Amino acid sequence: MRAPDLLRFARDAATGNPLRTSLLVLAMAIGVAAVVVLTALGDGARRYVMNEFASLGSNLVIVLPGRSQTGGFNPANAITGTPRDLTIADAQAVQRGSAIRRLAPLAVGTSEISFGGKLREVIVAGTTSQYIEVRRLELAQGRFLTEEDWSRGAAEAVIGAKIRSELFGAEPALGQLVRVGGRRFRIVGVLASSGQGLALNTDELVMVPVAQAQSMFNSNTLFRILIEAKNRESLPAAKAQALEILKLRHEGEEDVTVITQDAVLATFDRLLGALTLGVAGIAAISLAVAGILVMNVMLVSVVQRTAEIGLLKALGATGRTIELAFLTEAAMLSLAGAVVGYLFGQAGAALIRLLYPTFPAFPPDWAVLAGLGTALATGILFGVAPARRAAALDPVQALSKR
Amino acid sequence: MDPLQIELAGIERVFTLGDSEVHALRHLGVSIATGEYVAVMGPSGSGKSTLLNLVGLLDRPDAGIYRLEGRDVTTLSAEEQARVRSERIGFVFQSFHLVPRLTAAENIALPMTLSGIAPRERDRRVNQALKDYGLEDRAHHRPDQLSGGQRQRVAIARATVMQPAVILADEPTGNLDRATGEEVMRLLEGLNGKGVTLIVVTHDPHLGGRARRQLLMEDGRLQHDSAVPAKGL
Repeated sequence: MRAPDLLRFARDAATGNPLRTSLLVLAMAIGVAAVVVLTALGDGARRYVMNEFASLGSNLVIVLPGRSQTGGFNPANAITGTPRDLTIADAQAVQRGSAIRRLAPLAVGTSEISFGGKLREVIVAGTTSQYIEVRRLELAQGRFLTEEDWSRGAAEAVIGAKIRSELFGAEPALGQLVRVGGRRFRIVGVLASSGQGLALNTDELVMVPVAQAQSMFNSNTLFRILIEAKNRESLPAAKAQALEILKLRHEGEEDVTVITQDAVLATFDRLLGALTLGVAGIAAISLAVAGILVMNVMLVSVVQRTAEIGLLKALGATGRTIELAFLTEAAMLSLAGAVVGYLFGQAGAALIRLLYPTFPAFPPDWAVLAGLGTALATGILFGVAPARRAAALDPVQALSKR
Repeated sequence: MDPLQIELAGIERVFTLGDSEVHALRHLGVSIATGEYVAVMGPSGSGKSTLLNLVGLLDRPDAGIYRLEGRDVTTLSAEEQARVRSERIGFVFQSFHLVPRLTAAENIALPMTLSGIAPRERDRRVNQALKDYGLEDRAHHRPDQLSGGQRQRVAIARATVMQPAVILADEPTGNLDRATGEEVMRLLEGLNGKGVTLIVVTHDPHLGGRARRQLLMEDGRLQHDSAVPAKGL
């Protein structure tokens, strides 16, 4: 039998029973649509988290004081004494690393800000001019801290959007003098509202030069050094260089922890990728159910069309031709269901994006391909048994059946 | 004498029904020459339909040899038998056996579609067949829109469209009234007149009497063959 004839024959056989065909297509479509929508949700969640992390600043390497983040007694500490603090001089030294584009030291503490009789507690971040680029922050008004000697620092402050609205309301904030931790600072900039992020909320932050913050808190240690590598490829080099320089400065002692944003990101990526896979697996179960339905319906079809099969044999159709005809029909129904389901799924994902614009609910390509592939494969796989049964029918008995 | 087309020798066919065995054919031997017109008669259960199915390669004998055009076809594989069926044998059934979802033209084209004949050649032969059997204005009707006689004409057109050497008709007029039956028989006999071997199974003595040769079956045995002088009796 020629391929176009085979396709037409299968199509006519399928459309000859519209109810059966549409139910089957619907079952397959629901399975595929479930895969598409659920993976869109899973992958959307992954993308959402990734975007949030990317907004922290890209190619970020973070230096923390101390050997590890776990506190408590450490036998090594008992011999070598407490680990050395991270200092501004350390940060300046690390800047020399060839893979490092820019960095910003960070000293953090809590203090009070007051203006015109209003007082509130704030987190004060002491840093330098590069911080805004390292963290990819946006300014709403004014300018950021200027580049100057890190160990001095002018009495200037940049405040978060929420602090501005609470302290100044409708009044202009730029140029005003505020009191932070007993010192007077001139407001030079206001950060753009960043909304709720995963990081330190910059809306409620007051940023001052790092030297000012350190003297305010009467300490010479840094909370973090934030390093931006030249590019993604130089991340490992930047990490190694920062570690090397600090080790040299700390007399060979590796008493800092250097983490890359990548490592954190990769963990989340794996976690949420696994979640998406799991969800896809659950959705795939419905495809298996649809496959069993295909088998059942095709088996019923073979019984209903027994006389026709007998006739086809009498007219010289080989068992192979009949098997092929039934397989083609099963594949055709599965394909139709897969295509309809794909469209349903994409429509569902589009609806989710419409309702939640910040949520990137796009089904990943692999999931779409796997969904369509599984639908076709199950359809054909479960179509084999009925097709075999049709091909093996005894023509004499088949013909005698009315 | 025309060359022998169908040679059956020592054919046995046993069906198992539950735990009892039914001998549908017992030690049957018969030869039919090319272009013969043979009626197979006998009461129901005499094995005449089984004989027809064997000749049409729809069934295999349990023992014996069947030669079609000099070639032993009992040992062929199912696929090879299907090809022989497709090329050499045409079936006409009592209940027409048209595919209900296909039009008359598509039903006629079905054997050619199955054997993979090109659409152009198919259309040519279908048009010719529609003309030959007076079905031109019925080409695009489905079987349920056709009368009994028209249905059987479509079935005959379908049986002949592959230009077979043998036509096997099982009670071809069984579901038709007398006049339509007569018309259908004339069509079949016309084909026989053009040299196609015609084997008709019937229990109607009048219909059987029209054939040049009668085979009378009883209990799976060939009781009487009009071509053989009654030497055994």
